[in-house]
Amino acid sequence: MTDGLADFLKGTKAEGRAALAGYLPAGYPSIEGSREAFAALIDGGCDILEIGVPFSDPVLDGPTIQAASGTALSTGFRLRDLFGLVESVSSAGGRAVVMTYWNPVYAYGVDRFARDLAAAGGLGVITPDLVPDEADDWLATSTEHNLDRIFLLAPSSTEERIVSTLDVSSGFVYATSVMGVTGARDAVSSAAPTLVSRIREHTSDLAVGVGLGIRSGAQAAETASFADVVIVGSAFVSKVADGLPALTALASELADGVRTSPAPVA
Amino acid sequence: MTEQAGESDPTAQQPDEHDPDARGYFGDYGGRFMPEALIAAIDELSAEYDKARIDPDFLGEFNRLLRDYAGRPSLLTEAKRFSRHAGGARIFLKREDLNHTGSHKINNVLGQGLLTKRMGKARVIAETGAGQHGVATATIAAMMGLDCTIYMGEVDTERQSLNVARMRLLGAEVIPVKSGSRTLKDAINEALRDWVTNVDSTHYVLGTAAGAHPFPLIVRNFHKIIGIEARAQILDQAGRLPDAVAACVGGGSNAIGIFYGFIDDPAVRLYGFEPGGKGIETGEHGAALGEGTPGLLHGSRSYLLQDEDGQIAEAYSISAGLDYPGVGPEHSQLKDSGRAEYRSITDAEAMDAFALLSRTEGIIPAIESSHALAGAIKLGTELGEDGLIVVSLSGRGDKDMGTATEWFNLNSPDAAASRKDS
Repeated sequence: MTDGLADFLKGTKAEGRAALAGYLPAGYPSIEGSREAFAALIDGGCDILEIGVPFSDPVLDGPTIQAASGTALSTGFRLRDLFGLVESVSSAGGRAVVMTYWNPVYAYGVDRFARDLAAAGGLGVITPDLVPDEADDWLATSTEHNLDRIFLLAPSSTEERIVSTLDVSSGFVYATSVMGVTGARDAVSSAAPTLVSRIREHTSDLAVGVGLGIRSGAQAAETASFADVVIVGSAFVSKVADGLPALTALASELADGVRTSPAPVA
Repeated sequence: MTEQAGESDPTAQQPDEHDPDARGYFGDYGGRFMPEALIAAIDELSAEYDKARIDPDFLGEFNRLLRDYAGRPSLLTEAKRFSRHAGGARIFLKREDLNHTGSHKINNVLGQGLLTKRMGKARVIAETGAGQHGVATATIAAMMGLDCTIYMGEVDTERQSLNVARMRLLGAEVIPVKSGSRTLKDAINEALRDWVTNVDSTHYVLGTAAGAHPFPLIVRNFHKIIGIEARAQILDQAGRLPDAVAACVGGGSNAIGIFYGFIDDPAVRLYGFEPGGKGIETGEHGAALGEGTPGLLHGSRSYLLQDEDGQIAEAYSISAGLDYPGVGPEHSQLKDSGRAEYRSITDAEAMDAFALLSRTEGIIPAIESSHALAGAIKLGTELGEDGLIVVSLSGRGDKDMGTATEWFNLNSPDAAASRKDS
C-alpha cells in the first residue's frame, strides 16, 4: 500500500520537485492493454496515475480523449472493470486516482462507488463536471471512505469560489491552465501561473496540480516551476498507439522534466 | 383576438412559486452539474436575468420584438375537420408555426439575444436538432448584429438540409458535428466545448428548457407567452378552459411554455408526447420520461435514457427536434408530481397525423408537432364529443418535406399522402 496523496506530495515538495501525474482512459486500447499502459507509465516514473472513466458524452475533452474513450466503450469497457484496473495499478506501486464525469458514479451509486474504489486501493477522485455546490453526498462519502476529493479550478473562477473549493478539497486541487477542452498544445498558457498564484494566496498546504496541454519535458519543467503536480493526459493517450516502450520513454522524459530546475523566468 | 395577449407578458418573467429553488432545483431535478470553468458564465447569466426580468426597459423591448418582429400573438385556430378524427372532441391549435422563422423557438432567442447584448457579448452559439432553433438563433443574430455559430449533428444536417441553407444565408457558420450519434445530444456537447473555450466573448443560446440552472428557468419564462396567450384565446373562443393541453416533448421547451398558461388550473390536464420512434419495444425511441431513469446530462439532473453504467443512450426519432435522450428538469418534476402526464407516439402515428392535418386543415405541421397532434387524436377519442383540447402546433413542416416525400412517396404521380408501407 502507498501513503495518502497529501503526505506523498509533501515528500516531493521536500525533494524540491513536482510530482508527475499521467492520465489514460480505462479500457484503452483494451482492458488488458490499459493495464500494460499504466504499468508503462509507472515504469517511466509517473507518480500518480489518473485512471479515466470512459464516458459517452465527454464535454470537457478534445478529439484525442473523445476518440480513446469511444474506443474503450465500443470494445466493451464496463464500470465494473474499473476497480480491477485500479487494483492492478495500486499493486504495481502506482498511486491511483480516478477521473470521471459524474453520471457514471451517480448511476453506480456514489456510496457503492466510493467503497469499491477504496477497497481496490484508489486514493481519490477527480471530478471535472462536479462542483462542490452539487457534491454534498460525495463530500460525506469520500470522508467516510478516506478518499481524496480533487476538484477543478479555472482561470474564470472567482476568489470566492477558489476559497470555497479549497475548503472541501483534499490531496491536491486541479488548476486547468487554459479555458478549453483537453488536448496537447505547443505552449502552456500564461493563465496557468496566474491561476496558481491566486490559489496559493488562499492555501499554504494543499498541493496544486496543473494540467491541459503539456506534452514535452521542457513544458513539464516549466510547469513544475510553479505547480506541485504536473498533469499530462492527451500526450500519453496519443502515444499509446506507438507502443509501450514509447509510453515509458515519454513518461521518463516528463519525469526528468519535473525534476529539472527551469530556466529563470525572464 | 384578445387584448390581454400582448399585455400580460410582463408578468411571465416575474418570480413566483413555480421558480426553482436558489440552487436551481425543481424538486429533485435541475441543479448545475457543470465544469467549474463555466460556473462564472452561468452566474453572470443568472445575475443578468434576475435584473432583466424585473426591468421595464428589458420587458418592454422583449414584448416589442415579440409583437413587431416575431408576429405575436400567434393565432388559435379551431381544427374542425381534423377534430372529426379525434372522437369529435373540439381541437384548437396554438399556431406557433405562424411565428417568424416558423416555430416557437423565436420567443426564447429574442429574450436570450437581448440578454447577450446586456452582458456585452458579441457572439452567440447554439445547438440545433431540426434546425428550428438554429434558424431562430441565426435570425436574431443577424437582426441584432451578433456573430453566430451553430452546431448541428451531421445526421441532422442531412435530413434538415433546407435549414442548414437558411442558417448560412442568415450569416451563421454551421458546423456539422461528427462525434457520437451525430444528432442533437452531440451538437450540445460540441457547443459546450466551444463555450468553455470562448466564454468571455460568447453566450450559449441554449434552445430547450434543459441544461444547467438558470437555463430551464429562462427558457421556460421566455416561452410562457405561448400558454398565456392560449389561455386567453380559448376562453374567448370556446368560453371555457380546455380539458387537456397537448404538446410534444423533446427537451420540452414548447411544452413547458404552453403548460404554464394552465399550470394553476388544476382541472386542465397537461399531456406531453415523447417520441416513441419505431416503438418503445424496439428500443429505438427518445422517451426519456417514459422509459428513462434520473441522471445527469448537459448540466442538470433529470430523467435520461442511459444504461446501468450511466452511459447515455442514443435516442432515436424520425423527428430531429425530438431526437434527444434527456429532457428538461421541470418536466421530470411535473411527471413525478403527476401534474403532467407523458406518453409516447411512434414515428408512424406522428406521420399519420402529419398527413391528416395537411389534408383536413391545409396546415402542414412540423413532424415534432405531429407527435402532439397524434396524441390529441387519442385524447379526443378518450374525452369524446364534449372534450376540448388545445394543441401546441410548435412549428411548421416545410423543413420536413424531404422526410415526408420519402415516407409518403410523394414523388409518385398517384401519391396522396398515404403511408408508403400501407
